[in-house]
Amino acid sequence: MKDNVLIEVESVQKYYNGGAIKALDGINTEIKKGEVVVVIGPSGSGKSTFLRCLNLLEKPTGGNIYFDGSNITDPKVNINIHRQKMGMVFQHFNLFPHMTILKNMIIAPMKLQKKSEAEATELAMGLLERVGLGDRANAYPSQLSGGQKQRIAIVRALCMQPEVMLFDEPTSALDPEMVGEVLEVMKQLAHENMTMVVVTHEMGFAREVATRVMFMDAGKQVEEGTPEEIFDAPKSERLQTFLAKVL
Amino acid sequence: MAEWFADMQAQFDLNFIQDNRWKYLVDGLQVTLKVTFLAVLLGIVVGILVAIIRSTYDKNNKDMPMGVGKVVLGILNAISRLYLTVIRGTPVVVQLMIMYYIIFASSNNKIMVSVLAFGINSGAYVAEIVRSGIMSVDEGQFEAGRSLGFNYPQTMIYIIIPQAFKNVLPALANEFIVLLKETSVAGYVALQDLTKAGDIIRSRTYSAFMPLIGVALIYLVMVMFFTWLVAKLERRLRNSER
Repeated sequence: MKDNVLIEVESVQKYYNGGAIKALDGINTEIKKGEVVVVIGPSGSGKSTFLRCLNLLEKPTGGNIYFDGSNITDPKVNINIHRQKMGMVFQHFNLFPHMTILKNMIIAPMKLQKKSEAEATELAMGLLERVGLGDRANAYPSQLSGGQKQRIAIVRALCMQPEVMLFDEPTSALDPEMVGEVLEVMKQLAHENMTMVVVTHEMGFAREVATRVMFMDAGKQVEEGTPEEIFDAPKSERLQTFLAKVL
Repeated sequence: MAEWFADMQAQFDLNFIQDNRWKYLVDGLQVTLKVTFLAVLLGIVVGILVAIIRSTYDKNNKDMPMGVGKVVLGILNAISRLYLTVIRGTPVVVQLMIMYYIIFASSNNKIMVSVLAFGINSGAYVAEIVRSGIMSVDEGQFEAGRSLGFNYPQTMIYIIIPQAFKNVLPALANEFIVLLKETSVAGYVALQDLTKAGDIIRSRTYSAFMPLIGVALIYLVMVMFFTWLVAKLERRLRNSER
């Protein structure tokens, strides 16, 4: 294991129907500490599947994924322990509707890290203040706007003090005027050197925040590089076509 | 009109007041409520267990590695299915009589036997209600729980079951109301519940109208009361989210 590498992905495949559909067709990459990797690509290119494989919400059909040096694709490894260190943010927020915002945030630290309620609450309130939602701690998710929900979802994941944050199209289900507030929180996180893997259609965010951009198509990583390389000097034809459509 | 009224009054007096016959109804009502409450508790416990087994099997069986866990889950699932088939495929009166005259032939504790029979019966219906509730919770909730690091049972207990329970609360309350009325067949094993009490009065006074209508009214009032209570509870649960 090389220094600074947090996640190592080794020829990961995800097949459906016994190989008839190849959602992921041999992905190899490394995610280093402090990197912000943005994954772009057309719908159905496998970018969400790739992200969901990283914390094993999807079980890869083949290949290995190492997190913090342990092979999490090994069935003998307790994935729950590792997931505590990998925060995930979903397209549809997935806040727990039967709990207040505060409870949403403190339940995992209390039950999994055995933090006291006071300790967990202090951490949660600090994070809530930082995203400007300190006054909504006792509200229920249904009382919040989409943008607020997504900011809560981000800080809920942060409450576990993860080593990496995975974002699965975090702004795709939002009204346009709410996209900014969520991206702002993500930028802030990136500036604090959080390791992040972000699947998104927000090319502006990718260009501004990413340390590396990965372009996927048909289950393969087609091109990878700095935002400048990807956006200003795309090499492959497929990336050129894709960028022509989205920019 | 006055004559009819006087007649009713005499009937009322004969069936309920004379010889303190109203006491049959009070005692019977107590038995009915006791059996219903205990049976519903048992039914919910059995039902949730079976529902968890069934939905865990449905969700996980496909991608579980071969091993002890998979075999145990498979066996539990098979038992659950057999239980559901047998209980839902036979009348509750027959189950009650089998319980009393065969399984617990040596016991004379009619209340205990009735609670077991009705509870086990109700559990089968509760199981399917709760299972539909579990299935109705969005898959994203499950993924969010797992992504935080909760294992399968923790995700179920903290995140899925509370939401499922809330979703099916009206159906569960309905099951309670159904059970309240269903216990009226307990007279088959000579348990003196509310219905049996009315029937005893009828056999003493040789008049059917007053005791049977009286019993029917008591059931009706109880059902209306519990329906009202559940509606109130539902509103309260809904408000907590808005």
